[in-house]
Amino acid sequence: MTDAYVIGVDMIKFGRFPEKTVPQIGSEAALLALDDCGLKIQDMQALYCGNLGQASGMVGQRILQEIGQTGVPVINVSNACATGATAFREAWASVKAGLYDVVLAVGVEQMGKGLLGGGGGATGIPKEGLLGSGTMPAVFAEAGMEHSRKHGTTFEQFAKVSVKNHHHATMNPKAMYQIETPLETVMNAEMISYPNTKLMCSVNVDGSAAAVIASEQKARELGLMGRAVKVRASVLTSDPWQERDLVMPDVNTCTRLAASQAYEMAGVGPEDVDLIELHDCFATAEILHYENLGLCPDGEAGRMIDDGEVELGGKIPVNVSGGLLSKGHPLGATGIANIYEVSTHLRGEAGERQVEGARIGLTHVIGLGSACGIHILEKAS
Amino acid sequence: MADKPLPAVGYLKIPENGKPYLQGCKCSSCGAVFLGERDNCSKCGARGGMEEVQLSNQGELYSYCIVHRSFPGIEVPYVSAIVDLEGGGTVKGNLINVEPEPDKIPFGMPVEVVYDDALGRKDRDGNSYLSYFFQPR
Repeated sequence: MTDAYVIGVDMIKFGRFPEKTVPQIGSEAALLALDDCGLKIQDMQALYCGNLGQASGMVGQRILQEIGQTGVPVINVSNACATGATAFREAWASVKAGLYDVVLAVGVEQMGKGLLGGGGGATGIPKEGLLGSGTMPAVFAEAGMEHSRKHGTTFEQFAKVSVKNHHHATMNPKAMYQIETPLETVMNAEMISYPNTKLMCSVNVDGSAAAVIASEQKARELGLMGRAVKVRASVLTSDPWQERDLVMPDVNTCTRLAASQAYEMAGVGPEDVDLIELHDCFATAEILHYENLGLCPDGEAGRMIDDGEVELGGKIPVNVSGGLLSKGHPLGATGIANIYEVSTHLRGEAGERQVEGARIGLTHVIGLGSACGIHILEKAS
Repeated sequence: MADKPLPAVGYLKIPENGKPYLQGCKCSSCGAVFLGERDNCSKCGARGGMEEVQLSNQGELYSYCIVHRSFPGIEVPYVSAIVDLEGGGTVKGNLINVEPEPDKIPFGMPVEVVYDDALGRKDRDGNSYLSYFFQPR
């Protein structure tokens, strides 16, 4: 099978664009990614479009209705917060399979403000606040408290994740917020669900990101190998059975399964990875994934954040984009936005936040319910 | 309108003559215990063979969080708790009769399942509901 390369990739600056439609927001990233490699929509042989909020709304076709109706196949994808990564992976798979040699993947989302999750059934009485909480901050607080139970992880350690990611975002002009948030500010922010304060919850924003994926032969023909990024691994898992998963979504097992498959596919280990964009939907979640992705032995995630190993300049920088906590989390776009971030570092084009000498990077997303998508990327040689 | 409270969830059973309980089922092939009823086992893939079981009212606190912001009209703070029941089955619900402070809520705390009115919530037909809660033993 051919190798597949990202030859064009970009994202819009995340923000709030209530005056625009979802296809308009998606079109912006699609055009940016095409411009990044100097191609036109007429060059794309298929479109893989990820969006959650209008999952039945043919968003991919409506993007083409904005930028060029070429008649190519359009595949609309919905997979919770793994939507963007799933669209990217389907695009990658089509190139690997030899079906197409250059395709476009777009992820886009337009979000409201406020709490996600916790919707009740259509009959009977509302269950929120009666049978615990189904809101996302609460669900991920419970997952974080499970880590506290096992390893003694503290509120302060969880809060430090948010300090770090907000600091990283000050160097990312495409992040929603570029504001330093000291530890006291994070810990004293409004408590949403202990141990997650408001500043430890991802930001609901509108956004889009897109990638052009090509076969090796096509990338060479186009003369685009210079900035190309090789997809060394693409993995998607669902949640294996766990005894508590009917009431406590398990983001750990599906991540561990995906990580082991991805490292094997890429022929690398966590020690070979130079930067990671992982799914920090809440500060509590990031801590879990240091261990799930094999960055440290079980029980040492708290020490990693204390010792600064996951900061820019540290042993393995995590979420130098600012992460979902500060860059923002437009659900369907996130999986491709983190591929943009890692690609930008591998290309040496990340400016102030550049991870020096980055050669291999990893992206990770979790869609609750559950799906885990992991990609390992490498600068083309 | 029903003359007696209705169960807040399907897995809460209210026998005609007897005490309410939480219902689960157990796979006769692999022994996995699930909350509520189901046809097949998602642990081992066995088809059929699920046996109804009455879940214990005794358990221990596995994990929790303290909810300070919820949807409008919902009283906060409250403790959202994950409880492992003796003999199998994990249930989520409100932990009551504790101070909503982390240092007052130890992991592994023995709790019991208690049954009470569903915080006064009624459906559009005016029916009352019976729900379940956890409290320290």
